[in-house]
Formats: sequence, structure tokens, C-alpha cells
Amino acid sequence: MFYRENGQFKTSYKSDQQIFAIPQDRWAILALIVFAFVGIPLLVDEYLFRAILIPFLILSLAALGVNILVGYCGQITLGAGAFMAVGAYAAYNFLIRISGMPALGAILLGGLTAAAVGIVFGIPSLRVRGLYLAVATLAAQFFWDWAFLRVKWFTNDSSSGSVSVADIELFDWTINTPTDKYLFCLGILVIFSLMAKNLVRGSIGRQWMAIRDMDVAATVIGIRPMYAKLTAFAVSSFYVGVAGALWGMVHLGSWEPAAFSLDRSFQLLFMVIIGGMGAIAGSFFGAAFIVILPIFLNQMLPLVGGLFGLEVSIALVSHVEIMIFGALIVFFLIVEPHGIARLWSTGREKLRLWPFPH
Amino acid sequence: MSGRKIGEVILDLKNISLSFGGVKALQDISFDVLEHEVRAIIGPNGAGKSSMLNVINGVYRPQHGEIILRGEHYANMNSYEAAKAGLARTFQNIALFKGMSVLDNIMTGRNLKMKANILQQAFWLGPAQREELEHRLKVEEIIDFLEIQHIRKTPVGRLPYGLQKRVDLARALAMEPQILLLDEPMAGMNVEEKQDMCRFILDVNDQFGTTVVLIEHDMGVVMDISDRVVVLDYGKKIGDGTPDEVRANPDVISAYLGASH
Repeated sequence: MFYRENGQFKTSYKSDQQIFAIPQDRWAILALIVFAFVGIPLLVDEYLFRAILIPFLILSLAALGVNILVGYCGQITLGAGAFMAVGAYAAYNFLIRISGMPALGAILLGGLTAAAVGIVFGIPSLRVRGLYLAVATLAAQFFWDWAFLRVKWFTNDSSSGSVSVADIELFDWTINTPTDKYLFCLGILVIFSLMAKNLVRGSIGRQWMAIRDMDVAATVIGIRPMYAKLTAFAVSSFYVGVAGALWGMVHLGSWEPAAFSLDRSFQLLFMVIIGGMGAIAGSFFGAAFIVILPIFLNQMLPLVGGLFGLEVSIALVSHVEIMIFGALIVFFLIVEPHGIARLWSTGREKLRLWPFPH
Repeated sequence: MSGRKIGEVILDLKNISLSFGGVKALQDISFDVLEHEVRAIIGPNGAGKSSMLNVINGVYRPQHGEIILRGEHYANMNSYEAAKAGLARTFQNIALFKGMSVLDNIMTGRNLKMKANILQQAFWLGPAQREELEHRLKVEEIIDFLEIQHIRKTPVGRLPYGLQKRVDLARALAMEPQILLLDEPMAGMNVEEKQDMCRFILDVNDQFGTTVVLIEHDMGVVMDISDRVVVLDYGKKIGDGTPDEVRANPDVISAYLGASH
């Protein structure tokens, strides 16, 4: 009822080109951001921050990066976990090897290092595509898994192979409580999401999508595939690298290479596929789905079992969790291959016209 | 056809040969295109017409021959250079960007003219924002010109075939090309859509002075709108001249209707 555009006329192209062209959307998003910054810290306890909200924010950021590459530029990647690792270890090395390096600087430099590595591993995309590219990016995953395990320099010669950092500081603000960490990650995510949206609605985003949809036609228009693909790899790896640095230095505090294994790469790819390829919002939906659902099932299954008088063992819960999770992924792929983001936008289209069918 | 003056040779193709393995797609073909004219390439299926266009704008590399564009010699074009030199084209089997809206598709045509760097775009700074507005104005002119205002925001995948063809033309026009290559712009259209498309092509030629090279199967259309026609058959050139000359050419008649033996 309130979602109406009656009487809202745009009188300039500038107002037509806004990110949220409908005022209701703009207010809703603003309210959501304010709530996330002010409301949630008042309402939520430490466990929720640690188990759900902080992982959700950081993985959203990584999924956003993967979405730029896979969803917008159409290049498949199975190496996202490796680029997270590159971001995390690079940030760690910048932090400990350069004295006086601010934490935020180290995180951004970690992202830039990941971007450079991403460009190198993106070069095969100029010749191969699809499954073959997937295999080429898989090589990145194996290479960096090996490098961080075996090359002692990366881990500052730590005997156990794991590295750890002290609480990081942003100017005078020491980030040590879960609330601080949450706010720090949220701030970064909001800024990076805005940047991503600006990129995909501008000329570079159109180049990526043109390469994804029809590369011959794109070349004929004067888009250079090399530039478009490698910028997509660079921007994507930058996002994923920053997410990796946050995951290691803010969320975990101390970590080993297993934190960024192939499982992580698959997880990020699933987030993008389920959330919605080629939609910024899809990255958030996908991350929420994958982070929250296992925890939700974990809590719900014993309760549901209890209703029927069944004793549900922990082992059973984890098995059933995986089964339901798999079934849901298949269900989504069949019902809506464009992901939750498409369901969301279809729903919104309907709501604009409701109660009329068209 | 008012106000338009046919000028000098703008594009000259000399002895172009192209083969794929043993298949000779084009054999020693030469013809020229004059500035501001409408030049048609016709021929039966498989004659090499689309290959010819692909050679002109650098999708295929010919084994022999030379392309002279405004006095510059090229052994072969590459697509990026061709686009920069002012060549635009549409495709036989519409090659629009399916996941994007009509507006974005046409904006893509402005890509070469957009200069803001990636950081300016990420932060939507002055230059990026200004550029986006400037080019939007240009794109809106083209949208007006081709009468597709009502579908501006529609994803192209949802449009009917005739309109998709029109968006394809719009995207090419957004490049403000000097030479427009049209690969069967009227294939699969009904009479009314064909009439509209003819009108647009003639208007583009007339108002912007754009040189048009088109491939078309509808002889009525070809004979009506083109200034000169080149005829290909099995990769060889069998005729070249004004529509009337071509119509009277015995080789052309035998290629289309079969010769009497």
C-alpha cells in the first residue's frame, strides 16, 4: 500500500540515475543501515556477534568480490579462498614487518596485494573459459595453500604454522570487544558495497557485463577483453583480500592456512549462486543463507525431534544439517536459478502493483 | 535523399582472401565504399557476406589482401582499432547483452568515449558522474530517434525480435560511427517492421551522413535503398554496380535463379 510511485516524477537524468531511484527504497535502506549501526549493538549478545553477525559481514564482503568476477564479468573462480588467504597473510606481514603501520593500512595493502595476485592468476582467463578457467583458478588455491604452509617467511617463522595479531587499532579506537569488531566490519562493508554499486552501474560495470553476455559483440564495440577481465579479477581479488584480512585479523585473531581452504572457495561460490549472480544484494542474501542456515538447523532439529519424543544426537544433527542444506541448494537452483536476489526483485515488482496483477 | 553528397572512397578492400582450413570463404575480393553512400552486399546463403563484414571490422583476419580505411593501410583490422576508427556494426543473430537493460546496452556503445578511471567511478566522483550524464543525454537522443522510449528500462531479453533489432542498431549508433555495417537488419521482420527499419537506415544516412554497408536478402529493399550493390557467390565477387546494372547482370541472374544449360 505504501510502496507506490504515484506522483513521483523525475525531471532530470541525474535523479533517474540514483542507486535507489524510488524514495521508499532509499528510506528503507537508510533505516536499515542506521539500525545496523545503532540498534543491533543494543539488542544483540556476544555470542550472536561472534557466531553469526561478524562472519556474515565479512563473508558478505568476500561474496561481493566473488560476485563481481563471477556474476558481473562471467569468469568462474574456485580460488576465492586463496585470495582471502593472500589478503590475510599479506596484511599480517605488512603489519609486523613495517613498524608504525596502521591496521587499516595493512588491511587495505593486503587487499591490494591480493588484487595483484588476482591479476596474475586471471591471465589464463584471456585464453580459456568455463570449466577450464575453474581448473586454472583451482591451481591458485593449491599453490597458496602450499605456500602458506611451507614457506616459513610468510608466517614469520612461526613454529606451529599459525600466526596471530594483537587487537588492532583504528586511530584511538582499540577494536577488541565483539561490538567493536562488528562496527568496524560493518563500516567497511557499507563503504565497499557503495563502491561496488558505483562500479557496476558505471562504464566499467557495463564493460564487465558486456564481456559476460556476448564477448564478440563487446569487442566490436571497442571493449578490450583483456582490460575488462583483468580489472574484474583485480577488483574482485581486492574485495576478497580485504575480507580475508578482516577474517584473520579481526574475526579470528590467530589463524592457520586451513582457515582459507578449498572449502571456503566453494562456500563463497555457493553464496553467489544461491544469493544471485549479478546482483549486489545477492551477495548479502547468499552470505546470510550460508552463515545462518546451519546454525538455525543446528538449533531447530533437536527441538523438532523433541516434539516427536525423539532423542536427536549431535552426530545426527550434523548429518541432517548437511542433507537439508544440500537439498535447499538444489531446490533453489531449480526453482530460481538467478538466486534469492531475483525472488526479492520479483516480489518487489509485484508489491509496486499490488493489489493489481499488472 | 536530400542534402547528402556522395564523397570520395572511404573504405577500399583489395584482393581479400579468407579461408578456414580447406574452406575458401572469400577469394580475391575487391570493392570500395564511398563516403555517405548506402552500399549493399548481396548473395545466396553461404556466399561469404557475413565473413566479409567480419573481415572489415576485425573479427576475422584475412590471409591475403589489404584494407584501406581513409587512406590508412591495414593488412587486417583488429576489433578495437576498427571501433576506434569509427566502424560500428549490428549482427545477424542479434548479439545484445541479454542481462542488461536497453539503456545499458546503448550506453555500452558510448564506452570508447568514456574516460573516467576506475577510482573516480568507484567513488562516483565529479568526472565519472558528469560523464555518465553527458553520455546519457546522447543516448537519449538516439532513443528518441529510434522511437524506443517506452522500453528504455526493459531487460533486452524480454523484448520481441523486431525491437531487439532496433536496440542493436541503437547500440551501434551510440558509437557515432562513420561507417555502419549492418548484417541483415531486416531478417525475420514483418513488412511494417521492415518499413520502419528502412526509414531508420535512410534517416541515419541522410541526417548524420553515415556511410552504410548492409547485407540483406530482401531484394525489394536492397534495390530500393542502396546506391551500389556488390554481389558475392561462393566466396567470389560476381557483380558490382548500381541496382539496375546488377539486376541486368547475367552472372547474378544465374546465381540466384540457376543458369539454363
